[in-house]
Amino acid sequence: MDPLLAPTGLQIAWFALIALLFGVYFVLEGFDFGVQMNVGTLARDDHERHTLLSTIHPVWDGNQVWIITGAAAIFAAFPEWYATLFSGFYPVLLLLLFSLIVRVVAFTYRDARPGDAWRRAWDGIHVATGFLPPFLWGIVLGDVVAGVEIDQNRWVVTSAAGLLQPFALLAGVVLVLLFWLHGSHYLTLKLQGDLRERARRRARLLMLPALLGGAALLLWYQLAYSHQSWTWAPLLAAALALVGTLLAQRGRREGLTLVGTGVAILAAAATLFGGLFPYVMPSTGLEGTGLTVAGSSSTPHTLTIMLVVTCILVPVILVYQSWAYWVFRHRLNEDGSTRATVKPLAARLAEGHRRAFEAE
Amino acid sequence: MEALDLARWQFGITTVYHFLFVPLTIGLSLLVAVMQTFSVFAKDPDRKDAWTRMTKFFGSLLVLNFAIGIATGIVQEFQFGLNWSEYARYVGDVFGAPLALEGLIAFFLESVFLGLWIFGWNKLPEKIHLLTIWAVALGTTCSAYFIVAANSFMQHPVGATLNPETGRAELDSLWAVLTNVTTLAAFPHVIAGAWLVAAAFVTGIASWHMVKHHRAADDVGRDTGEGSRQHELARGLYRPTVRFGVLAMVLAAIALVVSGDQQAQIMFKQQPMKMASAEALCETETGASFSILTVGGPDAFAQDCSSITHLIEVPYVTSFLATHTFDATLQGVDELNAQAQEEFGSTVTDIHGNQVTAEYRPNLFVTYWSFRLMMGLAAFSGVVALWALWATRKGRTTGSRAFQWFTVLAIPMPFFANSAGWVFTEMGRQPWVVHPNPDDPTVRLMTLQGVSSHPAGWVVASLIAFTLVYGVLAVVWFLLIRRTALQGAPLPHRDPDTGQLDTPVLSFDY
Ligand code: HDD
Ligand code: HEM
Ligand code: HEM
Repeated sequence: MDPLLAPTGLQIAWFALIALLFGVYFVLEGFDFGVQMNVGTLARDDHERHTLLSTIHPVWDGNQVWIITGAAAIFAAFPEWYATLFSGFYPVLLLLLFSLIVRVVAFTYRDARPGDAWRRAWDGIHVATGFLPPFLWGIVLGDVVAGVEIDQNRWVVTSAAGLLQPFALLAGVVLVLLFWLHGSHYLTLKLQGDLRERARRRARLLMLPALLGGAALLLWYQLAYSHQSWTWAPLLAAALALVGTLLAQRGRREGLTLVGTGVAILAAAATLFGGLFPYVMPSTGLEGTGLTVAGSSSTPHTLTIMLVVTCILVPVILVYQSWAYWVFRHRLNEDGSTRATVKPLAARLAEGHRRAFEAE
Repeated sequence: MEALDLARWQFGITTVYHFLFVPLTIGLSLLVAVMQTFSVFAKDPDRKDAWTRMTKFFGSLLVLNFAIGIATGIVQEFQFGLNWSEYARYVGDVFGAPLALEGLIAFFLESVFLGLWIFGWNKLPEKIHLLTIWAVALGTTCSAYFIVAANSFMQHPVGATLNPETGRAELDSLWAVLTNVTTLAAFPHVIAGAWLVAAAFVTGIASWHMVKHHRAADDVGRDTGEGSRQHELARGLYRPTVRFGVLAMVLAAIALVVSGDQQAQIMFKQQPMKMASAEALCETETGASFSILTVGGPDAFAQDCSSITHLIEVPYVTSFLATHTFDATLQGVDELNAQAQEEFGSTVTDIHGNQVTAEYRPNLFVTYWSFRLMMGLAAFSGVVALWALWATRKGRTTGSRAFQWFTVLAIPMPFFANSAGWVFTEMGRQPWVVHPNPDDPTVRLMTLQGVSSHPAGWVVASLIAFTLVYGVLAVVWFLLIRRTALQGAPLPHRDPDTGQLDTPVLSFDY
């Protein structure tokens, strides 16, 4: 077999790791995007919009670092992939960067001063930058897995218009739908009262389109582009997860619905990345110009060191990031605060102690 | 203009912009952590309250600044691929590692713990909450370390060899990359520069309010109720912060000079061309003078030595800066250029396979003046430090308008000094993007060999878009920082019945 199509275990591990970094990013930042999308139509006034955004405010930045690390990991482990992808998708990625930039400042600057027009402008930016990045990520991902034309220099020669191939556009739409649904589930879990009801109705509304769109995308992919047959497995898992989500919605199991969309997103990422293997960027141009896992990686030395370091650090990160989620696990009150309901751990323990020993 | 020049402009603009805000984040996260430590461990309730207010005041400024640092940082992560894809292919095996480490070690730490710090007031136990801001400070400092290590590899490649088969640099030792002498010299200097930025920021803002309250007290008379309240604000709340800022300034300045001196020595060994351009030293000289003012004819912009006149010089200083001896011989630009053409060829192949002539000298005008600007702008901080120490001696405060305005004027100066320093470092290494290590010059890449193959039109469009977006953001940033800084620390409020101080909560809600 062509040695370029037979990667080493080390290269496979890195490919899987990068798929995982992207997957975790989509699951975590996915609901952040979804919440932002809902700012426009779910909330009715300034106060409610503030409340919606407050559900993600403490955690969104930590979620975003998964993609920053993901990009750096591609650079470190597959420099050729990094170079070809990021230079080749120039216009799409620039648009993505601009939307990520204004999105980041919108979180902090919205409430940095009073003023109706000021807040409304930032809310508009929140909505726009909730929709745009998932759509653009979908295009990037769609183009990567479906392939673009790459020349002998490993430069992408597909034109900007060529990047908008139908499969990529569908991928964009599906990511938007999935994240919107995911974010609505997150809201049902973090809110109370009327807003929570509205989020629940929104999730019900989005369930079917997301399910059908996702199924269409993955089937199209599996039949037309995937290089692997085992990816039927994650494809089925994604489908089952979405059906399970539908049932959980009916049974009003809010925690389960969030898990359901999360698993579906992970499984979809596994299908797309898995089916890409043994390529990282297949070419629709000349034979042999596609970038492969085996042919675009760093040296075994670099891969080994970085793998060891990553396997040590990622669990540590998961621990403190989970702790952050634990600290902010409470539902927001209808007035947008958690203050009245939450006390520091020590106070809660003291209170428990008092109740246990001093009650009578 | 060609795509190459445009790409360089774009990199320069976006990176200088990122590094305008980053030093403030790095320095201020540490200073806020120290303030909060004072407040947590203070015994006297008045002092505790004062430091809590200051923590929250400067904390909200830190948060405003953080946002823009993160936003512009994302661009940095993608840039090497967007416009410098051939560079990325060449160094990826080595250079990607510190970037990935930066994400894994620094960015996760600072972003997760910043969220915990902002929204964890009154939710986390006091001491745990204190630890979260220390984690943020640690994260920002680590991020500087890894990025400087990556940059130092471009200044002085170590721990890597050239693979003749692939024509790429390959990593031998990550440890060698992370302990590059260039990194070890640059990191303290960069960090000290960041502290100076933050210290001048804190001093300037605190001085402004100190003078304001001092004058308000004088206006109504210190013996009136309102007057004594105003005086107390000047003396009890802002004066300690001014002194704190000045102390941080002095420490940062000492660290800057010591580490800068180290860097000059290293630069002389590793990049003699940069040293020669910094001094506009065209001819080789023994016992070289330090030039304070040099003028060039119109050709100086064209990197030409022919029309340069040294007007004011201090004898021997340059030789001393470079080697700590007075009579060292320094090679001039012309000789170094001739040597390089011999060693690396008078033509090189660009990314499209064309042969182009190679010149091995950086832009003389820019290197010369950016170096002087970096050192010269520090003078403002020096004046502020001395003036503030004098004005606040022995428990005093001041109502001097001149002092008030000067400290505020001095706030941006260290920001500019940092930019100038980086412009010097980065443009002084041109035409190399990976400057050859004199001990083993095989790993090297010229800037024109590193650029992506985009048509100029794409790069123009993105350059314009970046400049516009960043310009708007800069205005928004400035207005918000100004507004928040002018509001001042949340005011102390004593419960009229109990006499207890009530320390206000930070204005962030969760
Ligand atoms: C507040 C900012 C600031 C101030 C006051 C100074 N520097 Fe600096 N300098 C920097 C901020 C900076 C910087 C932006 O942080 C640089 C750019 C790259 C680097 O490593 O640090 C730098 C670079 C830099 C370099 C270039 C290193 C290289 O290219 O390899 C030298 C030789 C010095 N500095 C020396 C000095 C000296 C002798 C100073 C004495 C007063 C000084 N700097 C003040
Ligand atoms: C944060 C402080 C920094 C500033 C202000 C800065 C500034 C600049 C400037 C002004 C240029 C343009 C040089 C020219 O056009 O002649 C440049 C080039 C470049 N810098 Fe930096 N730089 C910084 C740090 C870094 C770091 C940390 C890296 C790498 C990790 C880096 C990588 C590059 C690269 C790849 C170029 C290539 C483009 C060129 O040489 O023109 N820079 N930088
Ligand atoms: C000496 C040069 C640099 C230093 C010291 C530095 C440091 C920092 C710091 C402290 C932050 C935290 C956020 C903030 O600024 O408020 C940050 C953000 C960021 N920087 Fe830089 N940076 C430098 C240049 C670069 C370069 C060249 C890159 C590209 C590889 C880069 C990539 C990033 C990224 C991706 C972020 C966002 C991280 C987040 O979301 O928290 N930085 N940088």
